[in-house]
Amino acid sequence: MTDATANHAPEARTRSSLLEQDERTRRRNASEKRFRTYGAVAICLAIAALVMLLTSVLGNGTSAFFQTYAKIEVTLDPEVLDPKGNRDPAEMSKVTTIGYGNLMKKAFPASLQAAGVSTEGIDDKEVGAMLSKEAPAQLRNRVLANPDMLGETIQFWALANGRIDGYLKGRVSMASAERDGNVSPEQLQLADRMRASDMLEKRFNWDFITFPDASELRPEAAGLGVAIVGSAYMMLIVLFLALPIGVAASIYLEEFAPQNRLTDLIEVNISNLAAVPSIVFGILGLAVFINYAGLPASAPIVGGLVLTLMTLPTIIISTRAALKAVPPSIRDAALGVGASKMQSVFHHVLPLALPGILTGTILGLAQALGETAPLLLIGMVAFVRDYPSWPVDGFFEPASALPVQVYNFTTRGDPAFVERASGAIIVLLIFLLCMNLLAIYLRRKFERRW
Amino acid sequence: MNTAKFTVSAIAMIAASATAAAARDNVQTAGSSTVLPYATIVAEAFGENFDFPTPVVESGGSGAGRKKLCEGVGENTIDVANSSSRIKQSDIDLCASNGVTEIMEVRIGYDGIVFASDIDGADFAFTPADWFNALAKDIVVDGEVKANDNATWADVNADLPAQELLAFIPGTKHGTREVFDEKVILAGCEESGAMEVFAEQNGGDEDKAEDMCTALRTDGVSVDIDGDYTETLARIDANKNAIGVFGLSFYENNMDKLKVATMSGVTPSTESIASGEYPVSRPLYFYVKNAHLDVIPGLQEYIEFFVSDDIAGPNGPLADYGLVSDPELAATQEMVANRTPMGPLE
Repeated sequence: MTDATANHAPEARTRSSLLEQDERTRRRNASEKRFRTYGAVAICLAIAALVMLLTSVLGNGTSAFFQTYAKIEVTLDPEVLDPKGNRDPAEMSKVTTIGYGNLMKKAFPASLQAAGVSTEGIDDKEVGAMLSKEAPAQLRNRVLANPDMLGETIQFWALANGRIDGYLKGRVSMASAERDGNVSPEQLQLADRMRASDMLEKRFNWDFITFPDASELRPEAAGLGVAIVGSAYMMLIVLFLALPIGVAASIYLEEFAPQNRLTDLIEVNISNLAAVPSIVFGILGLAVFINYAGLPASAPIVGGLVLTLMTLPTIIISTRAALKAVPPSIRDAALGVGASKMQSVFHHVLPLALPGILTGTILGLAQALGETAPLLLIGMVAFVRDYPSWPVDGFFEPASALPVQVYNFTTRGDPAFVERASGAIIVLLIFLLCMNLLAIYLRRKFERRW
Repeated sequence: MNTAKFTVSAIAMIAASATAAAARDNVQTAGSSTVLPYATIVAEAFGENFDFPTPVVESGGSGAGRKKLCEGVGENTIDVANSSSRIKQSDIDLCASNGVTEIMEVRIGYDGIVFASDIDGADFAFTPADWFNALAKDIVVDGEVKANDNATWADVNADLPAQELLAFIPGTKHGTREVFDEKVILAGCEESGAMEVFAEQNGGDEDKAEDMCTALRTDGVSVDIDGDYTETLARIDANKNAIGVFGLSFYENNMDKLKVATMSGVTPSTESIASGEYPVSRPLYFYVKNAHLDVIPGLQEYIEFFVSDDIAGPNGPLADYGLVSDPELAATQEMVANRTPMGPLE
């Protein structure tokens, strides 16, 4: 009996050998394998979503970086452009872009015929309509800047109309032109002929980065210039306010403040603020900064202040985490050799926490860069065409912001704005990518291990 | 130490700059997203032809724009509110309570509201009564009020194609919805005779009858779109059976994707709206705070430029974009030149 039981136990043990897995081990292994598959599927789904987003944005948006231009020869008739004949820019500015537009509309068919491009079967008005409405404005600025040009015949590349541009990009086809009241198949055929004789060409579009927004009549001239400047100004303000305030607050809370109910309360509130919907900060900004403090609406200063409030909790939380991660032995050692509390913090703890602080700050800035909702209430979701001047004055002048520009483009009726919205998203993504790369670089550079 | 210095200097910077906030030298406008494209076209042309800065144009809706206008007098309030519906007494009262007493009402022209479906779909010829019978919650059949259970357009009117009923209409925050309710649903309610039956049922109370007319189905046939026309277009793209409500100018920019329906036999166009044949149109306005006229540089010039013949006239850029120009533009120009504030609402 005793022998039997004694023999039985070792037998059971040998069954669970390393070579032969028992039921339980197999189950554990299977569940581990399952978990790995779940993980891989999750990653694949995330990658698929990213690829879908990028292909749709890149597919729609890359064409925004190219633009169609048409060659035109214009004789700057002094009788039309300077009726008084005194070459005074102030007098000449009485001739509006409508006058310049008429001049170009007449000159364009003529310069086509001169280049041997037949304009048969299409009237001069329709030929003139193939140019952008922005072109006369550009010509006018050139003439006003240099009145001596009057009387000369100049040749230049003018922006082509958005529909013609769409034809070269494949957005407009002969079939769609049949049904479209804004462009005719004859105009597209003429565009083909112009292309054959190098009067029409597609080039890289720097204007998309430098030009301000444009109205719905000239989508071909719409750019991101003012939005980029506005976003840059706001980021400057956020950086210069949120970083020092956030770091000072977290150093105090983490290193100096006593642990009591008050600091607990503050801590809970900071964590809460981090989760408050951003529109709430917009409401606050409208009430405090515009209505009470009297700061101007649509200005980067108000946007920057609102985004600062929004970013502060993120910075404080990440800075506190970074400070907490510095081993207490560092502080103890500093205090032990006679450093004051402040010296131990600023000479030893803060430099070690720097990578974490910088990462948190840059991620906070990136979040602020992509924010639209709070800007809606403070008047930055607007059509702004004038560049703000240099800081500090520029902070108080109207500007737009990149995510706002994306939103504005998507609400426009002309289909040409679809590519511009995606193009703006590409620019925004490039900015975000650069900021994240910077965060990674800084973290690598300053990282210490102990 | 550095941190402390940073903080102090940053706070000093704000304090210094807040007091140095210079007088605003650009015109600020806000309001209707229907008027927005016109306002941006004018702002753009104004900026390039005058020495004043380009006006800033915000959207946000007619009601929101008027509220902002009425927030008070001063540089941190807007100068002009764009509106696709007429100002309300409540707005005027709000204005008055905030010290905004003189407001100028400027009518810039007319805008048509069109009904359009996917370009490859069937042709539609509507009457307001068709829309009432398709979308109203309760309809009248053989003199009896009953819940609307029409499923296809052919159920509504045998002359229409047997296509499933689905309409994308502007949400209630849009000024366009008011016009839709008034000129299509209410008109259809009267036209089909349902109004009388409703009034009878309510003991002759016409207000209640009107409310019954404009109560729309909630079973998914009528879908409110709170976004812009681009959203309506995207929804139609996804659902080819649907009919959407658009502004004329939006339709004219997307004629290769949309097919427009006639209303009471009239095809919408700038001509048919100007002549008054096409029934669903409305005036567009902007409202100017007179107290700002001599304070904000360029404001008077901007509004005069807006209503000038070159811009708002029948051959101007606004008409190119789909605005139906106002036959009484000359009177408006005179009123703007004289800065005549609007009188009480009739």
